[in-house]
Amino acid sequence: MEQPRSAPPLGTLLDDARDRDWYIDQFFRLLMFLCGISAVVFVLGIFIFVFKEGSGFIIQQMDWAEFFLSPKWRPTSAIRATYGTLAMVAGTAAVTLIAMAVALPLSFAAAIFIAEFARGRMREWLKVIIELLAAIPSVVWGFIGLMLINPLLIDTFDVPIGLNVLNAGLILGLMAAPIITSIAEDALKAVPDTYREAAEALGASKWQVVYKVVLPAAKNGLLSAALLGIGRAFGETMAVLMASGHALTIPSSPFDSIRALTATIAAELGETPVGSDHYQALFAIGIFLFTITFLINMSADFIVRGIKNQ
Amino acid sequence: MSNQSTAHHNEEPKSPLSHSSAAVVLSTTSTISTADALPASAEREEAQATVKVAVRDLSIHYGTTTALSGVSLDIAANEIFAIIGPANSGKSSFLQAINRMDLLRHNMSVSGSVLFNGIDTRSWRNVYALRRKIGVVFPLPVGLPLSIYDNVALAPRLRGIKKPSLLDEIVERSLRRAALWDEVKDRLQALGSLLSGGQQQRLTIARALSQDPEVLMLDEFSIAVDPVTTMRIEDVLKELKQQMTIILVTNLVQQANRLAERTAFFLNGECVEVGETEALFEGQVQDQRTLDYLQGRFG
Repeated sequence: MEQPRSAPPLGTLLDDARDRDWYIDQFFRLLMFLCGISAVVFVLGIFIFVFKEGSGFIIQQMDWAEFFLSPKWRPTSAIRATYGTLAMVAGTAAVTLIAMAVALPLSFAAAIFIAEFARGRMREWLKVIIELLAAIPSVVWGFIGLMLINPLLIDTFDVPIGLNVLNAGLILGLMAAPIITSIAEDALKAVPDTYREAAEALGASKWQVVYKVVLPAAKNGLLSAALLGIGRAFGETMAVLMASGHALTIPSSPFDSIRALTATIAAELGETPVGSDHYQALFAIGIFLFTITFLINMSADFIVRGIKNQ
Repeated sequence: MSNQSTAHHNEEPKSPLSHSSAAVVLSTTSTISTADALPASAEREEAQATVKVAVRDLSIHYGTTTALSGVSLDIAANEIFAIIGPANSGKSSFLQAINRMDLLRHNMSVSGSVLFNGIDTRSWRNVYALRRKIGVVFPLPVGLPLSIYDNVALAPRLRGIKKPSLLDEIVERSLRRAALWDEVKDRLQALGSLLSGGQQQRLTIARALSQDPEVLMLDEFSIAVDPVTTMRIEDVLKELKQQMTIILVTNLVQQANRLAERTAFFLNGECVEVGETEALFEGQVQDQRTLDYLQGRFG
């Protein structure tokens, strides 16, 4: 059918017809391009929508000092509405902090065990179970916080209410742990086996190999796993709403109830007239959250890229 | 350490005939001269005429595949012992069995015995202590993602040495012995992976030397190294022979010819023969296959 595959002399166009394969190639190229670009389109679209809804408030009404420095969130006050997010930011930060204190040791230890010590079937099972754990819906976690941890905290610490920073932190920590574990495990697996062998040949014990060679080599991946976990905890809504008590205070102890930024939006958005100041203020919080999670994910991304450039 | 000295009494009969076979091999070069650079020279002197590594009926299987079957040979102290043979002939597996790296590979099973200083390596309770006595250099340089200094200081640090002056001394001595010191002394804190291939390989040699091993095993070290650097490393090895036993796996037969007192030829997991390198290359072989391989008439 075809001539031998030497290059045709210039100007000979007989073999240069666009055949079926060429069209199929072009079609799939276009399809893949559209799919690839769609993520960018969606992100931009969401950002534009959120910004449009909140921008009027930010530009015209918002008192920046009040927004960031006042703990008073009274959007429905008849006398003078105030839109301070300090209490919510503090509450969210406190919950995230506890969540990380719970999640990081747990998930790094789990990742090290799975990647370095577990073998064969045990390892496969652990991976599957951890992925299952990551798939539990957040409302289920919220339910656990509400029905299980709440009475547990009340009994154990003799506090009047168990829906507080500690409860939400525990729940979020447990939620973030499987994700951090799986990313951290990938980071550990990415360390070449030759490193392990070289260290073992020098007489390093298994544990020495892990903490002298593997962990330092995987540190960027582990850091980005931690950051993604923080992002997850920070942006989580339903579980925090259910477990945190949803009370507007700046927490002074782990047993104080708090209200998270995300939970505020979830709880109030349905009851505000579209376009009102309150509605727009909630979108301003949305923009604030968006910016923070964006920054967290970006830094995780930069760190991962740092690994590749090494 | 105490492990070794106590166990020594149990296994004494394993290194008796050392004077006959090993001493002949060593007679060509003087071996006592530079031992003063090292601690424990008394122990070394005693070991000089002895069998360092004795392998008895060693077989290695990966699952159902046989990598090595029934190899028995002696490696004398302070000799360079070469192992040549085509790919998949079991050379690397042989090395792994010696420093018990088989523990890392769950499908690798070893039978037979390897006597290190007359003691069965299988009876070592602390396998890490055994590995510290055996330096390994891999085919491709494995620069750990650490600075040059930290690469070399890793093993001493693992052993618990913390004193900076002592570490400095070990790093400098190891790098000097690997003929790398002059090239890197001004940038010890640079990443090891920034060095050229040949430099990295010398770095791994320095790393292997950092704990004064009794045996240095090199697995095709010159694969990723240019010829000039290869010759430099070969000179280094000739020097090191005075202080330790060297097992050199190579697929360059001329390298074996240049360096080794004795050479073993492995083929398809079988040790075809072991002989004085010079004799082998002169054609005094017991097996025709050895001669064919040495002369490049193979397959």
